[in-house]
Amino acid sequence: MSRWVSALALVAYVCAPASAQERHYNIGLAATPQQISGWDIDIRPDGVGAPPGQGSVKQGEDIYMNQCAACHGEFGESAGRWPQLAQGKGTLASNDPVKTVGSYFPYLSSVFDYIRRAMPFGNAQSLSNDELYAVTAYVLNLNDIVDDKFVLSKQTWQQVKMPNAGGFYDDDRQTTEKRFWNKNPCMKDCVPPVKIIGRARAIDVTPDEKTQRGVE
Amino acid sequence: MQEPNDRRKSRRRFLAGAAGIAAAAPLKALADNLQNQPPNVPEWTHTLGDGVGVRPYGTPSKYEKGVVRRTVPWLTATPESSVSFTPLHALEGIITPNGVCFERHHSGVAEIDPADHRLMLHGLVDKPLIFTLGDIERFPRVNKIYFLECAANTGMEWRGAQLNGCQYTHGMVHCVQYTGVPLKTLLNEAGLKPNAKWILAEGADAAAMTRSIPLDKALDDCLVAYRMNGERLRPENGYPLRLVVPGWEGNVWIKWLRRIKIGDEPWFTREETSKYTDLLENGKARQFTWVMDAKSVITSPSPQTGPVQKGFTGLSGLAWSGRGKIDRVDVSLDGGRNWRTARIDGPIFDKACVRFYYEFDWNGDALLLQSRAMDETGYVQPSKSELRKIRGVNSIYHNNGIQTWHLKPDGEVENVEMG
Repeated sequence: MSRWVSALALVAYVCAPASAQERHYNIGLAATPQQISGWDIDIRPDGVGAPPGQGSVKQGEDIYMNQCAACHGEFGESAGRWPQLAQGKGTLASNDPVKTVGSYFPYLSSVFDYIRRAMPFGNAQSLSNDELYAVTAYVLNLNDIVDDKFVLSKQTWQQVKMPNAGGFYDDDRQTTEKRFWNKNPCMKDCVPPVKIIGRARAIDVTPDEKTQRGVE
Repeated sequence: MQEPNDRRKSRRRFLAGAAGIAAAAPLKALADNLQNQPPNVPEWTHTLGDGVGVRPYGTPSKYEKGVVRRTVPWLTATPESSVSFTPLHALEGIITPNGVCFERHHSGVAEIDPADHRLMLHGLVDKPLIFTLGDIERFPRVNKIYFLECAANTGMEWRGAQLNGCQYTHGMVHCVQYTGVPLKTLLNEAGLKPNAKWILAEGADAAAMTRSIPLDKALDDCLVAYRMNGERLRPENGYPLRLVVPGWEGNVWIKWLRRIKIGDEPWFTREETSKYTDLLENGKARQFTWVMDAKSVITSPSPQTGPVQKGFTGLSGLAWSGRGKIDRVDVSLDGGRNWRTARIDGPIFDKACVRFYYEFDWNGDALLLQSRAMDETGYVQPSKSELRKIRGVNSIYHNNGIQTWHLKPDGEVENVEMG
């Protein structure tokens, strides 16, 4: 009997969520499936959360030219300081890395989910699902990730291979920067005499009061 | 704009009044109007001032109008997706006044009617819930002081000294007291499924800002906050609800918080892949680099504070660490060759700013001023060259290298790069 009780206690302990010790307050209303569906727009790399619908590169070109090209450029090259969407392959290890959908984004979902939630800039969450698939397909095509005939949908999701999918790894500062942990840092004659090799003033890009946004 | 004479005048006043102990100007510089100086009796001593209620919500003296957030207009394409910087050079203590806390928005400030705001909890929970602001306020409250630093703070200095002002080099940080409910309490209310491992936090702004956070952190010390420094969150800082993620990069502190989804894997959103990842020299990038490493900066004197006087001089600065409490701050007057321990004054809280001072007699020789923070885990703020050896210069984010200010014989201070 006592063995049975302790086994049960162990099961209860292991299964208990970390926050089980706190009481319930019975505050808040149940969220209905309908309420959740309107806001539940996130998409994972494996395509979980992708909506129904489809769109072709060709359909996407029209949407892109009308709603995206003014900022991102007709070829994804960017106008001014707006984010560049295409090109940049092979630049990540250079002195001037260009991070684009083709050169940097690791997953299709990172692109699609972002367009779905935040674009077009100033008119977010206005595109239909088919338009989202189409414009995403066109951006992929600008990066030579899919061909001109490609139709993006939940079914073709896994066919898209992002060039920089293997370009990321988890934070490793605790090991690669272990030298920065030091209980007794140097206090005296730590480095040879140093000299000034650069001055912010020489670059002269510090804003003055006249260039402040919102200041008359 | 003001006339040049006015600008000079207000600058002198500003230096004397607001810029901290090192920038205290000599008395003769204050003599703008001898009518107000002894032995004369100034006008404000003869006449009545404003009565009560003239300023129902008070603002600083008109002589402090230079203490404002500032922008770097060339930095971004549009002010709606941009940043303004905390005027660290003009502040003291550890608490940042709400009106000058730096801003970083990705699609502008959402102006939310609190009566219509809802927070939804769903996903791997027993009972999906929707809370009103009033619901959130019914839960037991906690008050916590934390720093919040944008991952890109000091990001413009990776390749060398670029911006001549502490506000611009280090002003994407602030430190306030939050009032809110532990996120753990809300997650418990919904009931976590056994396979819950991650949460996705989402904002109600036009960026619908979204970040993945491991459940361990969510259950540890995260808050859903509705007040800062006693009053409601400012719209710029996420009114009416924001996530507080102590010690972690500001981007995960989702403002205008509308939804928390519980899942078993991270989502790899745009903000945690194409942005807020740290590109290294070999072309690979670190992801999920949430913790802000220990960092410090001398806020006064600094390039915006104006001339330092010979004789007794004080350095004033801020230090913080995302790994815990600040243990110690050292300062160097010779560019990092020799160090001495600074005096910390005021409270030392976990993952909050501390204020440090170092006083000495300045003989007028040029100095290279630096500070280095150490936290309770033994982490020591590295020099910029040590940091670049490991990370290169392309990572944009997480630049916590030691800052150098050149104090020149004329008392002016400039941002310099050492070699």
